Amino acid sequence: MKRILFVQSRAPYGTLSGQEGLDALLMGSAFVECALLFLGDGIYQLLSNQDAAALGLKDYSVSFGALKDYGVQNLYCSESDLQHRVLETDDLVIPVTALDDAAIRELMASHDVILSF
Amino acid sequence: MAAKILHTFNKSPISPVLDSCLRFTGEDDALVLLEDGVYTATAAWGVKLDELIDAGVPVYVIKIDVDARGLANRLIEDVQVIEYDGFVDLCANYEVVKSWF
Amino acid sequence: MKFAILVYGPPYTYQAAHSALHFARAVTESGHQIYRIFFYHDGVYNANALIAPPQDETDIHAQWTTLAQEHDVELIVCIASSLRRGILDETEADRYEKSAGNIGKPFEISGLGQLIDASINADRVVTFGV
Repeated sequence: MKRILFVQSRAPYGTLSGQEGLDALLMGSAFVECALLFLGDGIYQLLSNQDAAALGLKDYSVSFGALKDYGVQNLYCSESDLQHRVLETDDLVIPVTALDDAAIRELMASHDVILSF
Repeated sequence: MAAKILHTFNKSPISPVLDSCLRFTGEDDALVLLEDGVYTATAAWGVKLDELIDAGVPVYVIKIDVDARGLANRLIEDVQVIEYDGFVDLCANYEVVKSWF
Repeated sequence: MKFAILVYGPPYTYQAAHSALHFARAVTESGHQIYRIFFYHDGVYNANALIAPPQDETDIHAQWTTLAQEHDVELIVCIASSLRRGILDETEADRYEKSAGNIGKPFEISGLGQLIDASINADRVVTFGV
């Protein structure tokens, strides 16, 4: 069976990209093994203490907590992108594994399809 | 088993996404520049591609994007100009396509 | 080889949809097949049958339609993306009590499952993003 890697590269709210990417991941996880990788500004989607109520936009960061229930266990981010943004994995709403660049390249190469958002 | 990846990039070379794209392009991979991505293969930005090109990674630009932007005689050496049929062939020849945008 | 093409870009704002169309044509001319074209995010605007560009510009809606008819290509519009952007077929227009739908054949509204199905069953997935 194929394995799909979802890549989230955009910060939340400025675009709807992340929210629609998460929707696709939740659908995908019902059928195949999926992994999720946060690159660049994508990691801002996981920052804790988000409160989007005043924006009139959906705060979907809480939905990431549901990934476990959907069986999505492979969650990754870039160590150097975290450092670049002065963040640590403790600042995030769910546990993710920080990888170096070589490991991220491996991750990409070990999947059959890469869907980017 | 590690797949060979065809990377595509369609934004201005000033985009931070280019840096991500270049960081994760391995030596068995290839890169296709399309839309505004073709500016990357000009004198001002070409240095960003040096490392890939030195490692033997093929870099391609889409002809109609190059021509539309007046870049036909401004491309750096070592990039290959392709038409869309060539782009399709590359997608078929590499195992996974990663689009950077 | 079967290709799935994923389109995120709206027409006339970004080049992505126009590039996707060039790519799709090249696939059909190369002897490969298109498994499905899936419109997501702002890509759903490509399905808007009310698009009326000036005469000296290409009508991308008409070009997608021609491609689909000549090569029997599925054009699937994601329902979650399209409803929130006001891209509705007659069925959805009735369901949500809107005055009219604005998309029709060969574009079809369907769910995200069609994206996952395409990812599983196509040999390659190529995304045209913005």
